[in-house]
Amino acid sequence: MMDNLYMPYLMRIERITYEAPGVKTFMLKFVNEADEDKFSYKAGQFGEYSVYGVGESTFCIASPPTRKGYIECTFRQTGKVTNALSGCEEGSIIGFRGPYGNVFPIEEWKGKSLLFIAGGIALPPMRCVIWNALDLRENFKDVTIIYGARTVKDLVYKDELKDWELRKDVKLITTVDPGGESPDWKGEIGFVPTIVEKIAPSSKDTIAIVCGPPVMIKYTFPVLAKLGFTDENIYTTLENRMKCGFGKCGRCNVGKVYVCKDGPVFTVAQLKELPDEY
Amino acid sequence: MNIDKRLVRKDSLEKLFDILKQNSKKIYAPVTKNGKTTFRDTASFSLISTGYIQTTESSKDIAFPRTEKLLDYSKNKEGMSVKGIDLKDIPEVILWGIRPCDAIGIGELGSIFNWDYKDEIYNNRSSKVTVFGFSCNKSDEYCFCTSVGGNPGNTEGSDILFTRMGEDGDYIAEILTEKGQAVAEIASGIFERLETADKEKFLADVPVKFNHNEISEKLDKFFESKEWVDQSLRCLGCGACAYVCPTCACFDIEDEAHGKNGSRVRCWDSCGFSHFTVHTSGHNPRDVQSARWRQRIMHKFSYMPERLSVYGCTGCGRCSRACPVDMNILEHLISIQEVTV
Repeated sequence: MMDNLYMPYLMRIERITYEAPGVKTFMLKFVNEADEDKFSYKAGQFGEYSVYGVGESTFCIASPPTRKGYIECTFRQTGKVTNALSGCEEGSIIGFRGPYGNVFPIEEWKGKSLLFIAGGIALPPMRCVIWNALDLRENFKDVTIIYGARTVKDLVYKDELKDWELRKDVKLITTVDPGGESPDWKGEIGFVPTIVEKIAPSSKDTIAIVCGPPVMIKYTFPVLAKLGFTDENIYTTLENRMKCGFGKCGRCNVGKVYVCKDGPVFTVAQLKELPDEY
Repeated sequence: MNIDKRLVRKDSLEKLFDILKQNSKKIYAPVTKNGKTTFRDTASFSLISTGYIQTTESSKDIAFPRTEKLLDYSKNKEGMSVKGIDLKDIPEVILWGIRPCDAIGIGELGSIFNWDYKDEIYNNRSSKVTVFGFSCNKSDEYCFCTSVGGNPGNTEGSDILFTRMGEDGDYIAEILTEKGQAVAEIASGIFERLETADKEKFLADVPVKFNHNEISEKLDKFFESKEWVDQSLRCLGCGACAYVCPTCACFDIEDEAHGKNGSRVRCWDSCGFSHFTVHTSGHNPRDVQSARWRQRIMHKFSYMPERLSVYGCTGCGRCSRACPVDMNILEHLISIQEVTV
């Protein structure tokens, strides 16, 4: 491993969960115990997942570092590698190298309230930090999760959404785009920024973490600003195409900032320093 | 170590080559074929080109091959076995006849491949190269090494630097490193005592065309300039500039499958290609050619100096010579210096 930065760990797919149309979660375990022993990561980091013979693809680690012995990833079947991953069965061996990138500064958030806002397939990068926070629940005041998807079917982690809904120490608001509701839908109907404005969560001692498609992010930031959130207290993650994951292949940079090394976690204050090239 | 200056007679160069070959050294030297001069594993001294100002391609593929295996995998009954490239298999080579602007590029590439994460595959390859630099006594209108901190007799990056004393003269050999020393010892009779010699008067005259510090400073606030569009209107996005560049390191990683076995390889890539940054969703952060041209210049003259403390350009001028639509990097840099923001 130390000689070859590109050498993945071998991972066995322990469990496959169907989340939404085209979206699956893999629970992965290290084939070699020695690899598991030396492996550690923090919330927000990502890795390169590979199907041998097809290639590598970049996504976050979707499980929290507070749960040991496995990692999880959630992906939508869209490109060459995610299609091949999607064809894998439980027991198959895939490659994983990482963790790469910076982290959500959870330790710094101690004593504050947390507001999570996610859209669609962007809940996975946030799920890692949500569970990380919930596993250390006593460290935080209010925890609010606002999650939206295009349709009811497209909501991921349906079982966990139920868990969070039942928990007394979590406030969960789910929403679907107008027209995406099913007859028995009891959640909100409306785009995420609209729902955030309607719910109007307090910005007092609160950190907001926002992940979603660019258009959702674009309209959510001004709403948060109106609610009194400062740019330093809003966090998001950037996703750019990557090959190496560690600052060499040359494609994920936004100006002089490398998403793989300086990110993927940024505050809005940091984003405002970047050129509009992401 | 102290620089050891020696005399190598013009007739001794061939002897040096032969002695090194007898000692089973692999020598990559410039060979001209079909009008292109490139570094090839060379068996005989007579094949080596002379008189070239610059080779058509840089020598970077000696340490950073255009396609390079990273690992092999095979699927079997027990599951999967994966084996990384064996660094011991990487051969030692002598890189003969590279210009100072290429020699300095080896270090610039090295700073990318060692930015926090040490790329031992690159490091191993480059550590096994002994560099015989040859100073320039001629230059052309594309050369601008002196504008980016280099010069036609620059010793940086070479293990031994040869400077020819006049058109048909003998050579001054500066033995610069222990690696150079080790090779010189194999052929110690070739490296004779040198009384005094001033190499400067034999070097090409390459006038300074722009101030690279000023350009870096200016680029900091130049992102939104419409100059990028003006400069790149005719850019085809062919990537030839990156291919011939001694410091372009951008790469792709792909799998090559052959039934149940296969390899993962990395291949040269270029920020000039339209699909280089495109997301699976179709979104492309650098969606127009001007954004890609801007990335090329900004990376070399702004991002690398700031993040890695080196320039990503050695002034070799190859990109301008190779460009099918005559984009000239020197002219573009001068116009960036001159244009008002």
